Amino acid sequence: MRVNGADEPLDIQPQVSLLDALREHLGLTGTKKGCDQGACGACTVLADGERINSCLALAVQYEGREITTIEGIDHPLQGAFVRHDGFQCGYCTSGQICSAVGMLAEHKDGMPSAVTEHAPAGELSPAEIRERMSGNLCRCGAYNGIVEAIQEVAR
Amino acid sequence: MTRTLPRTSEPAVGKPIDRVDGTAKTTGAARFAAEHPYPGLAHAALVHATISRGRITAIDTTEAAAIPGVVTVLTHHNAPALKPPRKVSPLDLSTMASGTSVAYLNTDEVHWDGQPVAVVVAETLTAAREAAALVKVVYAPMRSTVDFLAEEPNARPQKGNLLMSGSAKKGDAEAALATAPVRVEGRFTTPPHHHNAIEPHATTAVWDGDRLTVHDATQSIDWLRSHLALRFDVPAEGVRVIAPFVGGGFGGKAMIWPGTILTVMAARATGRPVRLLLTREGVYRTVGGRTPSTQRVALGARTDGRLTALVHTSVTYTGRVGGSPEQVTSQSKHVYDAENILVRQNLVELDLISNTSMRAPGDAMGTFALEAAIDELAYELGMDPIELRMRNEPERNPIDGRRFANRNLREAYRLGAERFGWADRTPEPGSMRDGRWLVGMGVATAFHPAWQFLANVTVRLSVDGTVLVRCGFQEMGMGGATAQAQIAADALGVPVESVRVEYGDSTLPLSPAAGGSMQTASVASSVLAACQKLRRKLAKLGPPGETPAAVLARAGVPSLEASVGSDSRLGRLTGQARFLAKLLRDQRRWMRAASGAQFCEVRVDPDTGETRVSRWTAAFDVGRVINAKTAVSQLRGGIVMGIGMALSEETLVDPRTGRIMNPGLGEYHVPVHADIPPIDVAYLDEPDPTMPLGLIGVGEVGITGVAGAIANAVHHATGRRIRDLPITLDKLL
Repeated sequence: MRVNGADEPLDIQPQVSLLDALREHLGLTGTKKGCDQGACGACTVLADGERINSCLALAVQYEGREITTIEGIDHPLQGAFVRHDGFQCGYCTSGQICSAVGMLAEHKDGMPSAVTEHAPAGELSPAEIRERMSGNLCRCGAYNGIVEAIQEVAR
Repeated sequence: MTRTLPRTSEPAVGKPIDRVDGTAKTTGAARFAAEHPYPGLAHAALVHATISRGRITAIDTTEAAAIPGVVTVLTHHNAPALKPPRKVSPLDLSTMASGTSVAYLNTDEVHWDGQPVAVVVAETLTAAREAAALVKVVYAPMRSTVDFLAEEPNARPQKGNLLMSGSAKKGDAEAALATAPVRVEGRFTTPPHHHNAIEPHATTAVWDGDRLTVHDATQSIDWLRSHLALRFDVPAEGVRVIAPFVGGGFGGKAMIWPGTILTVMAARATGRPVRLLLTREGVYRTVGGRTPSTQRVALGARTDGRLTALVHTSVTYTGRVGGSPEQVTSQSKHVYDAENILVRQNLVELDLISNTSMRAPGDAMGTFALEAAIDELAYELGMDPIELRMRNEPERNPIDGRRFANRNLREAYRLGAERFGWADRTPEPGSMRDGRWLVGMGVATAFHPAWQFLANVTVRLSVDGTVLVRCGFQEMGMGGATAQAQIAADALGVPVESVRVEYGDSTLPLSPAAGGSMQTASVASSVLAACQKLRRKLAKLGPPGETPAAVLARAGVPSLEASVGSDSRLGRLTGQARFLAKLLRDQRRWMRAASGAQFCEVRVDPDTGETRVSRWTAAFDVGRVINAKTAVSQLRGGIVMGIGMALSEETLVDPRTGRIMNPGLGEYHVPVHADIPPIDVAYLDEPDPTMPLGLIGVGEVGITGVAGAIANAVHHATGRRIRDLPITLDKLL
């Protein structure tokens, strides 16, 4: 598997999730486990640039794919999250940031959402960001700051 | 005498300074309890009981033990001994720490559905989980009582405790109610709730002889240290708890639950470092949540709106093996100037896991019922609900005439109403529309008492100009380290960037637990006192220099330190006794609380009943604000959790079996991005005159009144008064 630009040889059982492979086998603990059921988004990583819930992915399926975790992200969103206070405890933050990176690319590629039925163009509205980020839960309730941070970077 | 130091920078207190742990959290570098590598680390998984009460008659671990990689399977047949928890003592608050009284894996008794009955330890997480599913347990079930509503008629009056009384009265409220010219009365219910911090409870435990190191997701570093020493019968001095970062708590990580104890036990039994990260289901099964409640609120008023009677009673549960009586009606003693008041809290005991504190225990639920009833009364009187509240705004604490330490609710309402645009509201239910949406506006009072507890702090100034503040609190999202750095910077007259705060370790000076909205305020007053001490020491070294460090340099002193409190056994005991005396004295003198005004706008779909919160404004009186950014975030976070409580959150307990039926984030619905509009938070920044620095807590007041404001807005939109949370669409059809 390629993780954050480096080849990572892995010898694991087929039932090991990508999330457990990252956290337990590669020591990349920046990716968080919140539910292990695909319901919270804390484990979001990028697979060839697309956001996925790594808890619902088997590591063996990603052989040869390019995985990017928070440790491999260097993006203006990170500073924007700090300035806009887009987190409190920080446990959902890695997932929010990875998800936002993937989401910005989806929007750029013209992917529709429930808010905008047809391929949207131009600026991301707050409603659009909220809809597209709803798979990432934040129990501290830092949603306003997260949306502001994404909006600033999207501009 | 302390001389005034020349100021080398702008004051830091009050500024919206970025969090000091911001980079660690946005790069994935911040490590949480389950993220510390140890050589030879083994993984634990729990097996949960599937009956609510009874005994284990047989437990077969053969198949589980045969899974490759399994190190051991612990059951009550082979687990190491565990000492029982101690009786609660006000001189040692750690005695309050035990989540339940059960002797985990030291008994064949089962006390709730979900109680851990076995622990698998394995080389890998995969093996541990697989083996846990293969442990076979046979039970002899006993009759159990698990249906809260069926048990309600058997509720008994709740006794008070040191901090809060169980019931209170002024005059004869029932008699006044009977003769009141205008009356409203209602029965309100709230369901059980779960904290659902995104980080599940997690522990990494490492023994070295009788010495123990534990990384734990805990809100109470010091309690955990004392409690583990007690349960495992080792000296507390040898127990070290490390918890700089905790992934949310909201009360759920205040007590010590079986997962932590069993990880430490597994490490002891195997001689290996052991890690347990609870599954999401495991959190529901082994950590208490917020009790459900039924409440009666009855209000009597004269035609001018003055309250003659306020009756607020409640029923909640505690587990037969633990839990705390919930102070549901507490705010009704403080918020409205009724001539006659009666509050009474009642309890039932159930064979469920202990209930526990959840953000604004008592007040989050009580303000829903009280504030909805006040709104009903306003309609009955044909009066604006804010006007009704202002006509009943007390000069002194209504129940006992004590002075308020701070009370600026009138100003909060004025500010909130202006920012929200309350004047645009037409009072008639159903009178406001936006296209197909029915629009409603609601308002409610937020209220939460403020406390201060014992905190020890050390502050060191070095000749290079840096300042080190040391205190064993944890960073759970409150922004504690940032706020304490701001306070120390101003107190010493140095730039905030030169202050470093060391926290999250039981080897540091004692911090109180994060709970009751009091950690930051408690630590802050000790940081301030330590800095003042340091300045007195500095003054003795010589005349003031350009900077405090310059004074050290001239005197040839490399560093200077000052401490508040002592961490010796005796020091802690006397500190706690002194603090308790002050607490009781303060409680007799003043009523100190945070308060605020919550304004919301909802949109309800007339055909489907779908309810969306479209606007929110809140204006709070929370004393002085140390960090304009993090304080507002915390208040906003409380409102977000309140929106969930109002519209979607509900733990479903099977009334036949006592089993939680929706133990996951897919079935228990916390608010998501799409549910939350921009939340406008304002604060008065009026220092509380009775607190050092004028600061009181902001952690909990944000959630209070939220469900009430939403229920009132839904009524305004639809004419439907929903008294049972959550306000789901089926109740509006």
